[in-house]
Amino acid sequence: MMRSKTLLAGALTALALATAGMQTQALAQAKVQFFPSLTGRTGPVAPNATPFANGYWDYMKLVNARGGINGVMTLVEECETAYATDRGVECYERLKGKHGGATVIQPLSTGITFALTEKVPADKIPMITSGYGRSDSADGMVFKWNFPLIGHYWVAGDTVIQHIANKEGGWAKLKGKKIAVGYHDSPFGRELLPILQERAKRHGFTLQLLPIPAPGVEQKAIWLQVRQQRPDWVILQTWGIMTPTAIREAVAVGYPMDKVIGTWWSGAEPDLRDVGAAARGYSAVMMQHGSEKNSEVVKEILSRIHDKGQGTGPRAEVGDVLYMRGVVGAMLAVEGVFRAQERYGKGQVMTGEQARWGYENLSIGRARLGQLGFTGVLSPIQTSCADHMGSAWARVHTWDGTKFNWSSDWLQGDEAIMRPMVTASADGYAKEKKIARRPEADCKS
Amino acid sequence: MIYRENGQFKVNYRSDQQIFPIAQDRMFIFGLLAFAFVVVPMLSSDYMLKAILIPFLILSLAAIGVNILVGYCGQISLGSGAFMAVGAYMAYNVFVRIDGMPLIIALLSGGFFATIVGVIFGIPSLRVKGLYLAVATLAAQFFCDWAFSRISWFTNNNSSGSVAVSNLEVLGWSINTPVDKYLFCLGFVSVFALLAKNLVRSAIGRQWMAIRDMDVAAAVIGIRPVYAKLTAFAVSSFIVGVAGALWGFVHLGSWEPLAFSIDRSFQLLFVVIIGGLGSIMGSFMGAAFIVILPVFLNQALPLVGSLFGVTVSIAMISHAEFMIFGALIVWFLIAEPHGLAKLWSIGKQKLRLWPFPH
Repeated sequence: MMRSKTLLAGALTALALATAGMQTQALAQAKVQFFPSLTGRTGPVAPNATPFANGYWDYMKLVNARGGINGVMTLVEECETAYATDRGVECYERLKGKHGGATVIQPLSTGITFALTEKVPADKIPMITSGYGRSDSADGMVFKWNFPLIGHYWVAGDTVIQHIANKEGGWAKLKGKKIAVGYHDSPFGRELLPILQERAKRHGFTLQLLPIPAPGVEQKAIWLQVRQQRPDWVILQTWGIMTPTAIREAVAVGYPMDKVIGTWWSGAEPDLRDVGAAARGYSAVMMQHGSEKNSEVVKEILSRIHDKGQGTGPRAEVGDVLYMRGVVGAMLAVEGVFRAQERYGKGQVMTGEQARWGYENLSIGRARLGQLGFTGVLSPIQTSCADHMGSAWARVHTWDGTKFNWSSDWLQGDEAIMRPMVTASADGYAKEKKIARRPEADCKS
Repeated sequence: MIYRENGQFKVNYRSDQQIFPIAQDRMFIFGLLAFAFVVVPMLSSDYMLKAILIPFLILSLAAIGVNILVGYCGQISLGSGAFMAVGAYMAYNVFVRIDGMPLIIALLSGGFFATIVGVIFGIPSLRVKGLYLAVATLAAQFFCDWAFSRISWFTNNNSSGSVAVSNLEVLGWSINTPVDKYLFCLGFVSVFALLAKNLVRSAIGRQWMAIRDMDVAAAVIGIRPVYAKLTAFAVSSFIVGVAGALWGFVHLGSWEPLAFSIDRSFQLLFVVIIGGLGSIMGSFMGAAFIVILPVFLNQALPLVGSLFGVTVSIAMISHAEFMIFGALIVWFLIAEPHGLAKLWSIGKQKLRLWPFPH
């Protein structure tokens, strides 16, 4: 009995090994542009990463419904990472060669980004890290394959401080103030700190650093510190269940909600829905878009995808903040391929290298944004060889108990401060890795 | 029939005491090594090497270390992840801070520092046993988590706390393709497995097993518990530290403290339990099981689901992994506490008699 069981187990293992070793299936393939989707549907960030994955896939379906990328259909395959770096790397390795090769990878995790930054140059697959990842990867002359499109953590940090300064009545008023930063104790959280430290030096406010160990379910000690020290403002750089826990603890210690500002990963509906009215006044800086239920692209997705029963997730979350972030991520991925097709052949499937050129030469103006349904959601985006970010706009929205409302004008990250920091950090990376800056000629290729 | 041992006579003690006294076993092991070194790199895809074989090799090395401590010496340890972290970070510091440091020396020095940390955190084992020792080693895990996040010296003052290594090479042989990495890990694992096997067969190994079986009786017959337990911690931490350094350098390339969290410690403990406590071969079997099971489930569960007309979401696969792992561990502890290695040795025993069972 035991032996036949072990024989069966052995046979199944051999079968699984065989299927795992096989690279591509021998199916009759139509031309498809393959977009792997690394998801966080389980684990500590599940409530936040799930709408992102749903938005990403829904927009890709919409692109197909619109006729594909000049006729080339998109194909999405998901792989679960549970926000763990090693699983993310394994997912990347498994998916990068499938369906003709991955076009672009969007890991939605700074830890995975750091690990994949080493691998994508060799594999020739571009990596889009909109609003996360390495802030220094905005320097395209060092990071050829990384694209922190439309924002990175230093834009978030800079615009948060700008908003605080506006609320206080000017930069001069910041002198002597105390600003606490509750951050995820990981590369994701720590990436915010350099810009805050730089601004603290310039404007004379003190920074109180409060690292919150992952996953962040237990934060009583940290918020007791906040109650003791009474900082003037608290900035949150948290993700997943850490955010609602932080907000609940802040409410519990009686810290005023209108003095708590999150970055764009810490200010979405899953974070605040459960806390509800008690969190009224909590603000978060958003990477251009917020909750956009009235936008044209949302209406189109509802009518063309969800009404036909093909929606990836629940209908109620279409248009939510993180859903929109997935939609924007997918839009940027697809626009890069459109751009690459302009150079390398309309209606052809683009390789990773060709798509990379597309992302480096993006030029999405108001007309195109209107065509795609993003009027009022995004500002124009323009990338270049040296600037892989393309745009540094942000705005702040505030929770009123049931939904978010815009509470600031458009803010822009100060490139005069950020650019030297980005360049210096990129140079440090280049020195450590013993790689040279790209020559100008490489930009034309 | 397979193990016809007639004609195999031992004429000296040395040949009687070899690791594989039966000639068929020796041929099998040499064949396996030849297969692993020569055939596997030729036949395997990059994905197979990077995502399955290299983690398998490194985890089995770490499992050998944990097995020495938990399986052979009976000291429960939940701090294996921490020792891997110490190995990885100290190897990184030695590699990066000292110009021209050879890679192998850096990796071994990671193991050396892990030894020191392991011995320090092994001192409670002299007074506490079982569950309480598990808690004491858990303290090691959290202490190291804290140290590598907070003390910026360990991460070379990197602002984000994430470190990366590249340009690995040994005496001019550049280790960058998956095949190179696989052969490099295989070399390490073969050498360390041989050393560990000889250690556990020697006097010190017998001391460890005596401590495991009944430490009071061991002390009565003259085995010094301090020496036995601390050497177990030392050797185990060295191997686990080298495994951690390999994990960081070769498998990940870039890592943060969360890569060696408590989940890693639990995973190693599961590898050892499923593979077989007190067995070097069991470490390999358990590691193969743990590495392959998630990949297998990822491929098989959707197929099984489609047979029943149910689409299995990827979140469900992730949840199913946890459930199946837990169920398997409970089943192994009840049905076969000595793990897969015991199943293998039962099979081999029967093969020695087959076809003449009695």
